[in-house]
Amino acid sequence: MKNRLKVLRAERDWSQQDLAHRLDVSRQSVNAIETGKYDPSLPLAFRIADVFGLAIEAIFLRD
Amino acid sequence: MAVARPARRYAIRLGVSMALYVVSMIAGVYLVRQQHVTGPILWPLALLPGLGIVGAFYAIGMLILETTDEFLRMLIVRQVIYASGLAMAAASIWGFLENFELVAHIPAFYWAVAWFAGFGIGGFVNRLTLGASGRC
Repeated sequence: MKNRLKVLRAERDWSQQDLAHRLDVSRQSVNAIETGKYDPSLPLAFRIADVFGLAIEAIFLRD
Repeated sequence: MAVARPARRYAIRLGVSMALYVVSMIAGVYLVRQQHVTGPILWPLALLPGLGIVGAFYAIGMLILETTDEFLRMLIVRQVIYASGLAMAAASIWGFLENFELVAHIPAFYWAVAWFAGFGIGGFVNRLTLGASGRC
């Protein structure tokens, strides 16, 4: 699944570690999601949406 | 950080298990070969190293249960799948080969060794395919 994590992070000047800290996950997890190697569960997707203050569909895109 | 705590507990559990394994193994070999111990005392001497290995399996199982980071947990589960597949496949094939007297007998504890080899291979595959190998 495609996503806009990298762009959204860049807009806020957050590193992967910064985002990982906000989500209480590892930096590896953020990297795997960002590069499309791992699709997060629905609860984690909601947490990501909450951190960015956006709807899930504004972050994750259909292939 | 919540991500690090399960890994720390895993390291402690694994360390205790391996210490039990190594100490009981050395003590058992010494007592049987040097002191010629026989009789019922052989039961605990034989069981303790096995329990050390059981502790390592327990540590990995608890790591899966306690890891809250879903991506890291998936990496470990994938490793366990590789380990179980490899060990069970090897045991099944070797068992039939042994049954037809085509190969020598292997003590059963070597299947645990095969399992841990598969666990390592699983970590390597995770690294190749997902770019991360988890915490163990």
